[in-house]
Amino acid sequence: MREVYLDHAATTPLDPRVWEAMVPFFREQFGNPQSLHRYGDGPREAVEHARAQVAELIGAQDKEIFFTASGSEANNFALKGIAFANENVGKHLVISAIEHHSVLNSARTLEKLGYEITVIPVDAHGLVDPAAVAEAVRDDTVLVSIIHGSNEIGTIQPIAEIARRVKERKRRIYVHTDAVMTAGTIPVNVDELGVDLLSLAGSAFYGPKGSGALYIRRGTRIMPYIDGGVQEKGRRGGTENVPAIVGLGLAAELARGEMGQRVAHLTALRDRLIQGLTAVDRVTLTGHPTQRLPGLVSVVVEYVEGEALLLLLNASGIAASSGSTCTSRALKASHVLTAIGVETALAQGSLVFSLGVGNTPEDVDQVLGVFPKIVERLRAMSPLYHKVEVA
Amino acid sequence: MPVYTDKVLDHFMNPRNVGSIPDADGIGKVGNPTCGDMMDFYIKVKDNRLEDVKFKTFGCGAAIAVSSMVSEMAMGKTLEEAKAITREQVAQELGGLPDNKMHCSNLGAEALHAAIEDYEQKQAAAQQGGLACQCPFCNEFFKDVPEVCTSCGAKLRFCDECGQPIPHGQEACPTCAEKAQA
Repeated sequence: MREVYLDHAATTPLDPRVWEAMVPFFREQFGNPQSLHRYGDGPREAVEHARAQVAELIGAQDKEIFFTASGSEANNFALKGIAFANENVGKHLVISAIEHHSVLNSARTLEKLGYEITVIPVDAHGLVDPAAVAEAVRDDTVLVSIIHGSNEIGTIQPIAEIARRVKERKRRIYVHTDAVMTAGTIPVNVDELGVDLLSLAGSAFYGPKGSGALYIRRGTRIMPYIDGGVQEKGRRGGTENVPAIVGLGLAAELARGEMGQRVAHLTALRDRLIQGLTAVDRVTLTGHPTQRLPGLVSVVVEYVEGEALLLLLNASGIAASSGSTCTSRALKASHVLTAIGVETALAQGSLVFSLGVGNTPEDVDQVLGVFPKIVERLRAMSPLYHKVEVA
Repeated sequence: MPVYTDKVLDHFMNPRNVGSIPDADGIGKVGNPTCGDMMDFYIKVKDNRLEDVKFKTFGCGAAIAVSSMVSEMAMGKTLEEAKAITREQVAQELGGLPDNKMHCSNLGAEALHAAIEDYEQKQAAAQQGGLACQCPFCNEFFKDVPEVCTSCGAKLRFCDECGQPIPHGQEACPTCAEKAQA
């Protein structure tokens, strides 16, 4: 059976060129970058080269890049690091209703520690209103954190406008964006966005899992995330994961060089897939119709349940994802779908296809070839669909 | 996906006894779309045995596999035997279910039992003299369809489609989901 991977929002396959670059740092170049003897030299240079590669991807300076073990860690670092270091200014943070769990749950932890969190709602397309964010800013607000691109509905937020308005409202405030889905996928520049902190992850753009980075603008007051040695200027202790960092660096360089063609390729496949899927009766696109990630297709299929869809797609060789209650371990409907006003019953039929550079028009055709049959098959056994037919 | 056993996947991919029975002797409904799983079970009873069992299910892979498994386990059984089927037995027959699916999706036995209960109530009503309908408030059975329940005094509205009473404050008939024209 022909296999089609359409879950790139979960993780991307490692680029073979990235793998080749990583390999020497597992064995031959095993040294600790902090060592002063010759074993440390190669790894140290490799880590600093990667830092420059990541900085260039987002228009930052090398010394503003801090390596982490994931996008989630970068998000935790940003929220908790800023909150803890700026208590003298205040204990209030602003986030959106469609943040990734690593931002949402960091905020919840801070809430338990006595911080106040304001959650900004989104409209039906998943867009945050920049004016609403600015209005939520108070004298004691220390951080505004809004996700750049949603992994569940694909909507891209107007971060530049949000940052501008927030800073007009209050001078001494930090703006963070979780750019895990956008950095390495679409053009991201920290100065153009006007952010002070930005999270990214290598596994989102054909780099290795376990690689991430937090951009911290020079002059930002932030608490170390892992107390330890001098690594990452004392802000994130622990011996560097050199192979992962090298991989992240090269993945960033390749993404920057190939971004134009990748975006064009993904957008064409995305629009073809959206058109085909939504041609099926009572299948609707979620998220913004145009302001969305180039490779992300998210729909709700009425009268069927997402996990059942995933299993049948899997049986047809297609790997996708869903935000339904049953697919989540916690058995709760996706907070993102709830935030855009999708009823819980309807959110059960959520389906997310995330395309990658390796996908082809044939892959899209394979999905469109089986999708109507799969939906029909599940609807035929759904008591809900029967009731609608009667009415 | 390896979270499910081969047997669960087999029942999901090739579900047995899918469908409804238009002239069912008993119907059992459990769950709702908000919680993610919903099952309707239909039974035909002959000589105290389940002559036919069919189901319609909205839900995840586990919910569909459980429905299929229950229908297979119950087919041909006496009502007593069918009533003794537990959700644990269903999970066991399927070679196990993931922990988080044991309670939410494993509703098949409940739906089957509800269908048998429905059948038994109808039987009891029939024995009381070919009674036509049941008050949704106090469960009293009536021979003719009254405007007001003779037992509890509640005012009744009736579904135009199926003639069954509609509980107070509800728009749609719970029996056939047809919008009330009463």
